[in-house]
Amino acid sequence: MMASNYSVQRATPLSHAAGAVGALLVLVAASLPFWGESSWMREFVEIGCYFIFAMMWNLLAGYGGMVSIGQQAFFGFGGYVMLMLGNFAGINPFVAVVLGALAAGLVAVPVSFVAFRLSGGYFAIGTWVIAEVFRLSFANVSAVGGGSGTTLTALRGIERATRESVTYWMALGCVVAAIALVYLFLRGKRGLALLAIRDNEVAAESQGIAVRQTKLAVYVVAAFGAGLAGALYFVGNLRISPDAAFSVNWSAFAIFMVVIGGIGRIEGPIVGALVFWALNKFFSDYGTWYLLGLGLLAIVVTLFFRQGLWGYAQQRWGWSLFPTQRRLVLMPDATATAARRPLPAAQHTDLTLHPSHAKHQ
Amino acid sequence: MIETLLQGVLLGGLYTLFALGQSLMFGVMRLTNTAQGDFIVLAAFAVIAAQAGVGGSAWLAVLAVLPLAFAGGYALQRFVLNGTLGKDPLPSLVVTFGLAVVIQNLLLQLFSADPRSIETGGFNIQGLQLGESLSVGALPLAILGVALAATAALQWLFGATSLGRAFRAVSDDAEIAGLMGLDARKLYALATAIAFVLIAIAGALQGMRTTVAPSDGPLLLLFAFEAVIIGGMGSFWGTLAGAMILGITQQIGFRLDPGWGIWFGHIVFLAVLVLRPQGLFPKTR
Repeated sequence: MMASNYSVQRATPLSHAAGAVGALLVLVAASLPFWGESSWMREFVEIGCYFIFAMMWNLLAGYGGMVSIGQQAFFGFGGYVMLMLGNFAGINPFVAVVLGALAAGLVAVPVSFVAFRLSGGYFAIGTWVIAEVFRLSFANVSAVGGGSGTTLTALRGIERATRESVTYWMALGCVVAAIALVYLFLRGKRGLALLAIRDNEVAAESQGIAVRQTKLAVYVVAAFGAGLAGALYFVGNLRISPDAAFSVNWSAFAIFMVVIGGIGRIEGPIVGALVFWALNKFFSDYGTWYLLGLGLLAIVVTLFFRQGLWGYAQQRWGWSLFPTQRRLVLMPDATATAARRPLPAAQHTDLTLHPSHAKHQ
Repeated sequence: MIETLLQGVLLGGLYTLFALGQSLMFGVMRLTNTAQGDFIVLAAFAVIAAQAGVGGSAWLAVLAVLPLAFAGGYALQRFVLNGTLGKDPLPSLVVTFGLAVVIQNLLLQLFSADPRSIETGGFNIQGLQLGESLSVGALPLAILGVALAATAALQWLFGATSLGRAFRAVSDDAEIAGLMGLDARKLYALATAIAFVLIAIAGALQGMRTTVAPSDGPLLLLFAFEAVIIGGMGSFWGTLAGAMILGITQQIGFRLDPGWGIWFGHIVFLAVLVLRPQGLFPKTR
């Protein structure tokens, strides 16, 4: 009887509006190759790769509770697999981007066997060691140029304008797909399980959640996404080297973006990537001082402003563009009965522990 | 072969010093300092700067830097890192990682990217003849001695003094320890202060033995971390053993192929992780 009086609300008017505006933006962006400059496209591809990588880091650390400094292992691996498939197997590099991402997801399974031996802070540094093993291994393979790297030759026959447009569309598609992938993952059953695990692993297990499988699933999805970002980046860049592909800076920038934007929320990396893009545009000429400033900013935000920019907006105004929570809403016809019978449930009750309440208080 | 082993043990001595601070900070407050390596490099540059300041003597410069490291470590923990402790590892990781970025770029700005070394007046090239064809450097031998002494001193501090008992108490349960009158926040600061003295010693000796560059930090961190994990938690002698194993492994790897030495060390670390995740000589659970 009670159940019929309630409905579960999963979207807000704001999220509907955001969806519409987002779809419109994507449509406008998709037409960019016809009216924009090619430097804009290159810039978008680059920041898009950063964003996808940050999005996946957010999924892993903010939702999965697995803080990694080694996601560049999958970024570089995706890039190298794409390049090798293109150069040696003659596969179209744009197809190889997807295959490279799949390979990164696949290699994450054996890697997780080692990485999951550690937890907390030690997981972070352990994954960094694994990324170093990847870097040193590729640096010793002479077929891909060893330590100095090699060039993606498979795209040589394609005209420059075509190559840039296709790379751009692909990046746009991947950005949208990355957001959709993470959003759908978190809205589904697995996402709910993931939040439960992050908040209390033992309690989650006692409720019948398959903790190990869920963590593995997140790790594999995050590796797939990181590999996608890497493969895409090096299709745009045309040149790969172990030091660039497996640089810890990838993780550093991802951490920066996610922390500034707000960890554990989908909007976080989006806001973070925009801030990062703006800072990069105006201050990157300052070189070491710029990087020093980024480091300081990350420290200050973590110490005094832990929920990040979007977290602040969410707490202050209740904004949520990508709602993953389930809200219990009293049906209109039931309000009359509810008024007579005191019910413990309020009008709006958070069923799930929403990220902002669960973790950052 | 004997020479490779000997070189490995000597290298292990240096890695012990890299790792002891990490082991100490993790043991007392479960804090993973991702800037460990960068602080080692920072200390080496501080000695270089101090040497220029006091004019010549490296040992005097080291003596000047040690109290600074103690004070710096105490302040860092008391006013910054204590605020990041908790069940969630993220804040402490981000803050120490941010510190690593800041230190690297600050050193790059102040000292440029060139590798530097600490001038020891020829001590770093003196050797001791052991038998016909075997000789060891006096400095590496001294480093090994310092490492052994530091390990013994830490073990004694933790096992036989009231301060060590307090450290162990806050490590086991900071709240109960607080009820018994211990101030966990001050003890944490003291632990980091001691760790930073070890870091400063490690940095100074690294700078004397070879060169340091602003970008060296991450690799030193990884070596320190590997030594701690191979050795196992809760015992400083375990950390020493882990460092020795890492040093010997790397030397054997370098002997087989210079390109794979460090890779080989990483692989042994990962193998230990898979086969014996608690480490080889764990004392605590």
